[in-house]
Amino acid sequence: MKYVDEFRDGTLACGLARAIAAEVRPSRDYHLMEFCGGHTHAVSRYGIQDLLPPNVRLIHGPGCPVCVLPIGRIDSAIALAQEHDVILCTYGDVLRVPASERRSLLQAKAAGADVRMVYSSLDALRIAQETPDREVVFFAIGFETTTPPTAAAVRQAKALGLKNFTAFCNHVLTPAAIRGILDSTAPEGTGRAKGARLDGIIGPSHVSTVIGSRPYEFVAEQYQRPVVIAGFEPLDVMQSILMLIRQINAGRAEVENEFTRAVNRDGNHKAQTLVAEVFDLRPAFEWRGLGVIPYSALCINAAYGDFDTERRFPIPYRAVADHKGCECGAILRGVKKPQDCRLFGTACIPENPVGSCMVSSEGACAAHYTYGRYRDYRDAGPTRKAVND
Amino acid sequence: MCLAVPVRVERLLDNEMAVVEMDGLRKEISLALVDGVREGDYVILHVGYALTRLDPEEAERTLALFAELANRLDDLGEVRP
Ligand code: SF4
Repeated sequence: MKYVDEFRDGTLACGLARAIAAEVRPSRDYHLMEFCGGHTHAVSRYGIQDLLPPNVRLIHGPGCPVCVLPIGRIDSAIALAQEHDVILCTYGDVLRVPASERRSLLQAKAAGADVRMVYSSLDALRIAQETPDREVVFFAIGFETTTPPTAAAVRQAKALGLKNFTAFCNHVLTPAAIRGILDSTAPEGTGRAKGARLDGIIGPSHVSTVIGSRPYEFVAEQYQRPVVIAGFEPLDVMQSILMLIRQINAGRAEVENEFTRAVNRDGNHKAQTLVAEVFDLRPAFEWRGLGVIPYSALCINAAYGDFDTERRFPIPYRAVADHKGCECGAILRGVKKPQDCRLFGTACIPENPVGSCMVSSEGACAAHYTYGRYRDYRDAGPTRKAVND
Repeated sequence: MCLAVPVRVERLLDNEMAVVEMDGLRKEISLALVDGVREGDYVILHVGYALTRLDPEEAERTLALFAELANRLDDLGEVRP
């Protein structure tokens, strides 16, 4: 595929690996967080950690949309489908996220609720047009990439005068989550860190096509950490790691952009305008693992209130603790690795996830289960048993 | 679900829609979020919508940068890991 295969070239990857090895200073460590779940997936799938010197550590971040959705929100969606008899449409990964008592939307569907998987918000809109006698709810989740498509659907619903379509908005904001993560880290040497140590951030690809690189500038200015916005493919990630290492070595903290073929400083103005037309900021929103973060999510504004599920149906929100033993929260903050969870690969596998990080291929646990766990065996050596053997 | 892929716009349709081609597969997508897309352009497709246009010149430049880096290390006679 054009613009994909060229960015996966093995020879060039080796070249980049050597360039990184040549720049890395043996006297220090480099802790780099890839924020986005797509990067987590690429890092695991292409074994990028194996191409890096041992003192360059990649830490998985919270940028996997289904991973950060708290249990209470899925409970609300299940209640909508079961108690209000709506047609609940949502993206595929959402169906398997464990909610209270390990129930999921998929189970609700099996028990008779009308839950439908859609590929796009447009599909939900079409279902609403085709079934005018039923209420259709689009359970909208995701970061700034999926937000404009939801806004477009809501605006179109209004234009079409649909009376039976609403969106249950759970869209969240990347910069707020990065701030949440950075606030959980303490400066080096203070010994107070409850979060991960972070020397730099690999910035999201597709979120940045929408919001541009400007919204990350506070990371450099207020937190003195470098950010490099990276394309999706393995060579992009390697090049971005090299750019971060150069910044760290030079004592710089700037926002740089490796993904110039799709991202600029201002982002997609048309998409931003549409989002601003339909949504307002929520004063507070609960994230799985990160807790309540102020102004970190969106809700539908008054002008489009007729298309807001939360105004049409009474859906009380109840915060619910994660499954005991599930380490998703710590993993999403970058403090723990999937291998640190005692349920990993035993009680919790992608076919039967206990926590949200095992659901989507972008989740840290699922990515590590699919691609990385063999390395645990190898690293454990012939005499020691691998983690969770 | 955050996965997004570069696709080629094959044909523009009414209502800000278009037919795109990816690895021989054809699909109808929405161009409602991007202005000025023309046939033959590459866009990044995500949940049925084009998120942005892909800049072919910038793509070439990035690839050239990778190659240059690899060559420079060869010239320096860097030991391969
Ligand atoms: S392995 Fe499963 S239970 Fe453990 S942290 Fe990951 S998702 Fe949670």
